Amino acid sequence: MSNQFKETQEQRDKLNAVLEEQKNVPGSLMKVMQQAQEIYGYLPLEVQARIADFLNIPMEEIYGIATFYAQFHTEPSGKYKVGICLGTACYVKGSGDILEKLKTLLKVDAGKTTPDLKYTLDATRCIGCCGLAPVMTVNEEVYGKITVDDVERIIAKYND
Amino acid sequence: MLERAHILICGGTGCTSGNSKVIFNEFQRLLEEKGIREEIKLIMTGCFGLCAKGPIVVVYPDGSFYQHVKPSDVEEIVNEHIMKGRPVTRLLGDEKDEKGDLKPFNETPFYKKQMRICLKNCGVIDPENIDEYLAYDGYKAYEKCVTEMTPIGVIEMLIESGLRGRGGGGFSCGKKWLSTYNAKNDQKYVVCNADEGDPGAFMDRSVLEGDPHAVIEAMMIAGYAVGATQGYVYVRAEYPIAVKRLQIAIDQAREYGILGENAMGLGHKFDMEIRLGAGAFVCGEATALIQSIEGRRGEPKQKPPHLADCGLWRKPTVLNNVETYANIPQIILKGVDWFKSIGSEKSPGTKVFALGGKINNTGLVEVPMGTTLRTIIEEIGGGIPKGKKFKAAQTGGPSGGCIPAHLLDTPIDYDNLIAIGSMMGSGGLIVMDEDNCMVDIAKFFLEFTVDESCGKCTPCRIGNKRLYEMLEKITSGKGTMEDLDEMEALCKYIKENSLCGLGQTAPNPVLSTLKYFRDEYVAHVRDKKCPAGVCTALLNFVIDADACIGCGMCARQCPAGAIAQTKYIPEGHKLASYEINTEKCIKCGACMAACRKNAISKR
Ligand SMILES: Cc1cc2nc3c(=O)[nH]c(=O)nc-3n(C[C@H](O)[C@H](O)[C@H](O)COP(=O)(O)O)c2cc1C
Ligand code: FES
Repeated sequence: MSNQFKETQEQRDKLNAVLEEQKNVPGSLMKVMQQAQEIYGYLPLEVQARIADFLNIPMEEIYGIATFYAQFHTEPSGKYKVGICLGTACYVKGSGDILEKLKTLLKVDAGKTTPDLKYTLDATRCIGCCGLAPVMTVNEEVYGKITVDDVERIIAKYND
Repeated sequence: MLERAHILICGGTGCTSGNSKVIFNEFQRLLEEKGIREEIKLIMTGCFGLCAKGPIVVVYPDGSFYQHVKPSDVEEIVNEHIMKGRPVTRLLGDEKDEKGDLKPFNETPFYKKQMRICLKNCGVIDPENIDEYLAYDGYKAYEKCVTEMTPIGVIEMLIESGLRGRGGGGFSCGKKWLSTYNAKNDQKYVVCNADEGDPGAFMDRSVLEGDPHAVIEAMMIAGYAVGATQGYVYVRAEYPIAVKRLQIAIDQAREYGILGENAMGLGHKFDMEIRLGAGAFVCGEATALIQSIEGRRGEPKQKPPHLADCGLWRKPTVLNNVETYANIPQIILKGVDWFKSIGSEKSPGTKVFALGGKINNTGLVEVPMGTTLRTIIEEIGGGIPKGKKFKAAQTGGPSGGCIPAHLLDTPIDYDNLIAIGSMMGSGGLIVMDEDNCMVDIAKFFLEFTVDESCGKCTPCRIGNKRLYEMLEKITSGKGTMEDLDEMEALCKYIKENSLCGLGQTAPNPVLSTLKYFRDEYVAHVRDKKCPAGVCTALLNFVIDADACIGCGMCARQCPAGAIAQTKYIPEGHKLASYEINTEKCIKCGACMAACRKNAISKR
C-alpha cells in the first residue's frame, strides 16, 4: 500500500458520514468514490479498501472503476492542476504546441505531477469553452484564447 | 414595481471564464451606489451564443448588445446608458446597415439566419429563477399533456412531428417512447443523456445552463407518456455550472410542487435526480451510460435487449439527449404542423451547432435543418480569420468525418451527412483552414478513440490501435502506398465488427480524409512532406538568425546536441545567433518551446 498515506480525523469523519448516508442507496458507489476523492484529493488504496469493506463490494470492482474513469486519481495531485484542452476546437487552434511549452516549462509530462507536488499537468478533454479556444485551466480558473507566449506569464501567477 | 430597464449578463461558461460574474457584481454595486437598484432588473442569463465576442451584456428596452465588456466598462455603461440614455457605442460592435447605422443585434448575420427553438430561453431568462421560466409558458406543455391528452396521444403527436434524436443517431423520438410505453412493468425510468463527450460540442451544456427547466418539463412529459415516475440526468463532471443550475432548478421545481408525489397537483408522480459522470467518453453511449448510473464501469452491452425493455435496473427506460428533450415542450404547445414547417422533410425542426475552430464567430448557433454548411460558415460564422483558405469542416466528433470545400453546399441533415461520409453527431462543427493537416487530424481523432475505447471488444481495442500506429508511421514519414490500402481495409473491418457505436464509427475520420484529402496522404508518403506544415517529423526546425538574441536556451534544451552558436551577430544584438544542424536534429521541438523570442519555426 502507498506508504505516505496520511489522513486527518476530519477527513476520516467526513468519509464515514458519506458511507453511512449512501450505504443503502442503489448504484451509489460512483457517488461515494467521487465524494471520497473530494475529501482526500485523490483515491488512495487505503480509502478504496475502506469503501470496499463498508459497502461490502469486492476491492477489484472499486479499483476497476477507479481506473476506468479518467476523473479518478489514485495518486496525489499537485497544488495547482494545470490543464490544457486537447479537444478538437482547441487542437486545431494549436493547443498541442501549448502542451509542449507547458511540458518544458513545468518539467513534467502530461498526466504527471512535479516531485514537489506543486503542479500536475493534464491534457484535458473538451471543457466546453470551445468559443474561447485554445483554453488552459489552472484549478478552477479558465484562461481563453491563449498563445504559447502567454503560458509563462500565467504560470508565474501560481508560484507560491 | 415595474423596472425601467433590464440588464442581461451572459452567465454561460465561456463568458463566465471571461469574468462575467465580476461584471454582474460591478453592476450591482454601481446601481446600488446610485440608488437606482430598484428601477433596474439585473439578470445573469444562459449563453447568448456569440462566445467569440464575449463577455456579452444586453440592455433592454433598446436591445443594445455590448461586446467584449470588461469590468472597467461597467461604470461608463451605467453613467451614460442607464442614467442618461446614451448607449456606449464603442462597445456595440461594428455591424452597420446601408445607411451606416448600427444594426440591431438580431439583424446581424450571426443572428438573422438563426432560428431559436431549443435555445429560445437561453440568454433571455434567468435560469436560476423558476418564475421566469413560468412567465415564458413554462410547464404549460406538461399541463396540456396531462389535462388534454392521453399518454398515447402524446406519443402519437411526437411520432407525427418527426422529431429525431439530437444525440447523434437521429432515431425517431416518438417511436422510442412507444416501445417503452408498450413494455409492461410496474416501474419505468426516464433518463437524460447530458454526457456530451464529443470534443468541440457544448450545446447540451448551454441548454442546461440557460434553460434547465425545459429539460425537466420534457422529462416529466416523457414520464407521463410512458408511465415512469423517476428520472435521472447523467451529466459529465466537466460541467460544474450546468450541474449547479440544474440542481437549483430541480430544487425549485420540488419547492413549487411541480416535481414530486403529485406533480403540479395533476395527480401524477414524478421526481428526478442528477448523476455525475467521471470522464469516460464511451459513457455517452446509451447502454454504457446505464451501467455508469448503476455505479459500474461504463462498458456498452450488446443490443437487443433494447433499453425500452431492459434498461436502468433492468426496467423499461426512455433515454434521450438534452437537446431532443428541449424541443418537446415547444412541439406540444405549438403543434405538429408548426414543427414540420421548419427544417427538411425527413429531418424537421432545427439543430444547434457549436461552431468552433478557424472561424470568426465561434459560438452556438441554431439553424433549421437543411441549412447549408456554406451559410453556417460564411454568413453566420463570418468566415475564416486572417483571410486564410477554408480546408474542411468536421462534424460528428470522433465518429464523424471531414467535409471538403466542394461539398459546402450540401443541406445538412442526418441523412445527407451520412451520405457524404460524416455524421451529425451531437453538433460540434469545427472549421479547419489551410494550416491544418488532415492526416494529423485523422491521427488526433484516432488517438482519442484508442484512449476512450472501453476495451471490451477486440476489433475496437486492437484494430483502432493498429490504425493509429499506421497513421503515426505516415506522419513520421515512414509510410508506404500499400499502407493506405491496408488502412482502408482495416477501417472497414473495424466498422463491421465492433460491439458498439464507438468502434463502429471510429474509422470515419480516417475514411473521410482518405477519400477527400488523399493527396495529403500521398504527399506524406511519397514526397515525405506535410503540406500544411504540421507533422513535425517531416519538417525542419529553423532559427531565424536575425530574431535570435543568442541566449542559448535552445542549445541547452536540445537533447541531441544539434544546436550551436554561429559567428553572426545580428544588428542591434550583443550575442551571436544560434543555428540548428538538421542532420543531427531529432525534431523533438524542445528548442521551439524553449525559445522566448519565437525565433524558431518549423518549415
Ligand atoms: C461512443 C458513443 C458516444 C455517445 N455520446 C453521446 C453523447 O455524448 N450524448 C448523447 O446525447 N448521445 C451520445 N451517444 C448516442 C447515445 O447512444 C444515444 O443514441 C442517444 O443519447 C439517444 O438520444 P436521442 O435519441 O435523443 O438522440 C453516443 C453514442 C456512442 C456510440
Ligand atoms: S475543444 Fe477545448 S474547450 Fe472545447
